[in-house]
Amino acid sequence: MSKVTRAANSTASFVDDRTSIGGFVKFFSRKLFPDHWSFLLGEVALYSFIVLLITGVFMTGYFIPSAEQTVYDGSFATMQGVEMSQAFQSTLHLSFDVRGGLLIRQIHHWSALMFTAAIMMHMLRVFFTGAFRKPRDINWLVGFGLLTLSLAAGFSGYSLPDDVLSGNGLRILDGVVKSIPVLGTRISYWMFGGEFPGDALIPRLYTLHVLLVPAAILGLVGLHLFLVFLHKHTQYPGGGRTHKNVVGLPLFPVYVAKAGGFFFVVFGVLTLLGALMTINPIWNYGPYDPSPVSAGAQPDWYMLFLEGALRLTPGFLDFSIGGWDVPMNVLLPGVLLPGIIFTLQAIYPFVEAWATGDRGERHVLDRPRNVPVRTSIGAALIAFYAVLMLAGSNDILATTFHMSINTLTNTFRVLIFVLPIAAFWVTKRVCFGLQRKDRELALHGHETGRIVRTESGEYIEVHQPLSEQELWLAVGHDNLTPIEIEPKTNERGVKRPGYRWDRFRQALSRFYYEDRVEPVTPAELAAAADEHH
Amino acid sequence: MSELKGETPFTNPGLPPHRPRRADEDPKAARRAEFQAVGLLVVSILGTVGAVLAYLFLPLSGSNGDIRRMTALMGAGIFLGMIGIGMGAIHWAKTLMRDHEMVEERHPIRSSDDTREEAVQMLKDGVEDSGVGVGRRGLLKGTMLTALAIAPLSVAIPMIGNLGGDWNVGQIKHTMWRKGMRLTRDPEGTPIKAADVTIGSVFHVIPEGLAETPDPLEEKAKAVVLLIRLDPRDLNVVPGREDWSFDGIVAYSKICTHVGCPVALYEQQTHHLLCPCHQSTFDVANGCKVIFGPAKRPLPQLPITVDSEGYIVAQRDFDEPVGPSFWERLK
Repeated sequence: MSKVTRAANSTASFVDDRTSIGGFVKFFSRKLFPDHWSFLLGEVALYSFIVLLITGVFMTGYFIPSAEQTVYDGSFATMQGVEMSQAFQSTLHLSFDVRGGLLIRQIHHWSALMFTAAIMMHMLRVFFTGAFRKPRDINWLVGFGLLTLSLAAGFSGYSLPDDVLSGNGLRILDGVVKSIPVLGTRISYWMFGGEFPGDALIPRLYTLHVLLVPAAILGLVGLHLFLVFLHKHTQYPGGGRTHKNVVGLPLFPVYVAKAGGFFFVVFGVLTLLGALMTINPIWNYGPYDPSPVSAGAQPDWYMLFLEGALRLTPGFLDFSIGGWDVPMNVLLPGVLLPGIIFTLQAIYPFVEAWATGDRGERHVLDRPRNVPVRTSIGAALIAFYAVLMLAGSNDILATTFHMSINTLTNTFRVLIFVLPIAAFWVTKRVCFGLQRKDRELALHGHETGRIVRTESGEYIEVHQPLSEQELWLAVGHDNLTPIEIEPKTNERGVKRPGYRWDRFRQALSRFYYEDRVEPVTPAELAAAADEHH
Repeated sequence: MSELKGETPFTNPGLPPHRPRRADEDPKAARRAEFQAVGLLVVSILGTVGAVLAYLFLPLSGSNGDIRRMTALMGAGIFLGMIGIGMGAIHWAKTLMRDHEMVEERHPIRSSDDTREEAVQMLKDGVEDSGVGVGRRGLLKGTMLTALAIAPLSVAIPMIGNLGGDWNVGQIKHTMWRKGMRLTRDPEGTPIKAADVTIGSVFHVIPEGLAETPDPLEEKAKAVVLLIRLDPRDLNVVPGREDWSFDGIVAYSKICTHVGCPVALYEQQTHHLLCPCHQSTFDVANGCKVIFGPAKRPLPQLPITVDSEGYIVAQRDFDEPVGPSFWERLK
């Protein structure tokens, strides 16, 4: 035994004697993980979050969360003598007078954008492949919590420097909050510690941003990963992969190297973004002042959908009842719409499972084409979200492409209804087309382009049958059909309770599985094989 | 897991055969892969050293060039330092570590029936030991639950209650404009003579003495005004507001009635005011009524006149609350 081995042995023994860590090592070290590029999206989110923590700690050394007014006398010439809050002043100090400060600030901001983007991409992957099905529906909820918290983390951090842009963002938030019936002004007072803008909000946001929200995110990340280990990772369909096994490579050493290495890649890329691309140059915007505003202002990308919704909703929805204002033109896009979207998103796995009538554990992922309605719902949501995002940039689009902002906005007002429906329909058709293609391939094999003349003078194209593995991919998926329900009355003609509810469930199930392309059956395959020989 | 719905009738063909990589079969290829990984790790080491050197020795005097150089070079160093390790490790894993997939069985997530039964029994035993079995000692259980439920209030009520400051929500209905208060330039605070306001010009206005108020930012957030002079022939005065303007000069609240952004863009030719946040468009020639966008109500008008020295002054506060709609706005 070498010296090193001996030292390692005695250290391990020391720790295990006191912690029984051996059991954990046994459980974790050789856990198998399947390989696929799309499984990296969640990792990007996690690693961006770690970069956020590291760079965030750096900045807490310099940032002063205070709205107290002061006069700038730092090294940035154009701001000399300007009155500003300490929050803004300390952000300038961090950017211009602390070595590497601007770099770290920009890495932090880019990481925040990457964090939210990666979470959403990860969520889309989970959605389209059906990875949210039992038993992972519970982890979908954890992930949903993380998405919500990431938006809170982003918005609270964005607002801290107290510049004109973020100040107007807060003012919009204030307007949205005030639109809430009965309690609006009180919630606004509660948030701002009195009248807008007040001097309470920045220290409060700071506590949220550096303590409460990150602590909650950390907790949920821990739970999320714990459940990933407990459930073992999902896998894409393929030969040898079933709902009862997991095919992959061991955590140690393969994923320690790959996933650990990937952390450094993400860190590196975020650093490159921060080093080369200016982001949120608050020194160009100036400190917050309730009077000025810059044209072409855009929030961080993850807030664009809300901004777009605010821009699209027409003003006539602002009405009053009995002298009480109900500003539905703000309430609808600012409060109700996100509330509804987020709720639907959270409960989706349970709705689909209910419509499917499926109680088993699913560990092999779906190919999106094989669940056409789910895939189409996803496409419709993406279309809806995309229109909102574009609407949030309607001024930029109008000036860039020399279009009338009014025409553009009105066009989006139509598209917000039309495009999701069109996307749903087109996606459903594309899924069916792909499923038919799979059928075709399974039954008749690949076209070879080789034309043969038979003895009788007939020309035929020789088809090459699919390999075992290819065939499995085309025919091995689950075949889901609409649920059957008990009849309305029993054999004695008595109406049974719960029938209406079952009817509703059946209707939903039909919506999902009625239009369908039947997968190939073994009999069909045998018949096709006979025909070819 | 027999309850899986719609499982395929076909048989799974099993794992595809493993295809060895070049480094698995050719020691030279393996050696090459090793060198490549080493090269990437060396890049990382150099990058880290470079980042530290940039931090230590680059000048930082506040000039734009210094800041740009520092940010770019330190960043480039950290980038190489990180990406070198990452790519080195991944290259190592992909070329030299095991890539022959293994299979592990899954077990149902649900606990076995025995475990469930035992767990339930343990809880029952616990309830038994507590002396408050089903239907017994209701008073004890009830008071315990009540005490637990209300205990947080003693902390939560003061905590939440204090956050709203003075809770004087009526403040947002009024601004500091008073009879005879001069309209002054934002941010200098210098008064404006009617003669200074030429046709087509626009002034960003704050009330006189704003800086001396106890809460200037809060006052400013409500009181900012746009002062615009139109050719009197273009101006269609709103009935009942004939004496609110002076010789084509009108003053309107700058706070958008949608969600409160400053309505800062004035189009001289069309007399339109545009809110840059959500593009609500107001027609100054027609009482600032909304002609496009998500706002509904016109911008509130500030009644103005001219004092004995020729300066523009307010006649009184706005007749209605400025800014976005809220529940009790009209009460």
